Amino acid sequence: MADNIFTVNDLVKNFGNHAVLKGINLSVNKGEVVSIIGASGSGKSTLLRCLNLLEQPTSGTIEFEGENILGNKFNAIKYRAKVGMVFQSFNLFNNMNVLKNCVIGQVKVLKRSKAEAEEVAMKYLSNVGMSAYINARPSQLSGGQKQRVAIARALSMNPDVLLFDEPTSALDPEMVGEVLSVMSDLSKTGLTMITVTHEMQFAREVSSRVLFMDDGVIAEDSSPEQIFTNPKEERTRAFLNRIINKR
Amino acid sequence: MSFFEKIAYVWKNYNATLFSGVGNTILLALVGTVFGLIIGILIGVVRTLPKSKNKFVRFLMRVVNAIFMVYIEVFRGTPMMVQAMVIFYGYARITGVMLPVMTSGIVIVSINTGAYMAEIVRGGIISIDKGQFEGAHAIGMNHWQTMMNVIIPQVMRNILPSVSNEFVINIKDTSVLNVIYVTELFFMANIAASDTNMVLETYVIVSLMYLVMTFTVTRLLRLVERLLAGKKDYTICGSQSDPAAEIHVKEAH
Repeated sequence: MADNIFTVNDLVKNFGNHAVLKGINLSVNKGEVVSIIGASGSGKSTLLRCLNLLEQPTSGTIEFEGENILGNKFNAIKYRAKVGMVFQSFNLFNNMNVLKNCVIGQVKVLKRSKAEAEEVAMKYLSNVGMSAYINARPSQLSGGQKQRVAIARALSMNPDVLLFDEPTSALDPEMVGEVLSVMSDLSKTGLTMITVTHEMQFAREVSSRVLFMDDGVIAEDSSPEQIFTNPKEERTRAFLNRIINKR
Repeated sequence: MSFFEKIAYVWKNYNATLFSGVGNTILLALVGTVFGLIIGILIGVVRTLPKSKNKFVRFLMRVVNAIFMVYIEVFRGTPMMVQAMVIFYGYARITGVMLPVMTSGIVIVSINTGAYMAEIVRGGIISIDKGQFEGAHAIGMNHWQTMMNVIIPQVMRNILPSVSNEFVINIKDTSVLNVIYVTELFFMANIAASDTNMVLETYVIVSLMYLVMTFTVTRLLRLVERLLAGKKDYTICGSQSDPAAEIHVKEAH
């Protein structure tokens, strides 16, 4: 299928004797905004990290735009440029200012000229409301600002899909909103997004599809309305009750 | 002649001799430390290479790592004076020609320093947060790009105090190279001392000269440290109401 981004078949990931992913099957199409929810330790982040090969899966297959990315000859390094990643801990380069953070990958990996790269970076930095801070270093920014820069850095690479690994979990409560609103704007641009999140409201309102993971498998995969109002699985219901009652 | 008269005498008649030694000492220490640092960084970059999928490459990496380990242990575990003798006379025995003494000196100081630097750089790399590597990998940088653009610049900042330590040690320890006739400061001091027979006075002068060199170097490297730390303040360009506004933010430190 032409508009298929990821096809995952029977994906398994073990850390030593501990199985984290126990056979994941998943297909994601272009333009989908997927949220992955589930308890800590259910394998959400590991699945995301397998998708851009920060973790090497133990077995199973992953196809990206129809190409097997786990083959021996596959160039994992070039591939990662097409798959953006936003981390829980931002991972901005501490030795560079905001602008350089967004420029370096374009120049070194995509071989864009410095002028072009800066133009692209400025475009995305203003989209996330950080264009005023191009001279600041990461250590001089708040968590929410750092995460918005990290999103601009990922977007500057013009990826085919953007992965978010709990992008608001390390933020102070009052900064969660600014990051989620940037992500919500992004979801309307047609960008394919896969987000691991504990923000149920975000999963419900912004995503087009929600996956509930439990104990290394995708336990439920449906629309946000379905999963939040009438989940098919008992364990989905139990998880959502736990989360919502905490509030 | 009193003690101070003798000092003045040695200084007046032999300062040119001693200064020629100072030049060589600085040259040896500087080039040796820089090359040593480069060796250390290259070893650090190779040692942190991700595990290859290819069996042969993995085997090759094990061999290379074993060689690094032997190199580090041998050159940290034996005195530089002994290394100098072995390399200088060993080279002459094997090739039948003498290596020029300054060249020998630079080679010896470099590979000796490299062994220490490899460990210093390793410590520096370990201290960098794993997220910095992942951030770079996630935008498609390869290992070399990651190391050169993201990791090593941060490592350099962290290890600079240790590098400056090595530099100071090298200024002093190049004195052992007099055993292979490198005409550094200590070698020149021997000449002045035996010529004048004013041994104590000569070495008092020489110790002051070493002190001035090491003190200058530590101060200079402190300055570099401060430069590498970057500016503490930054400018915010534009605002919602006035795009041309510039706000200068100073950090309190």
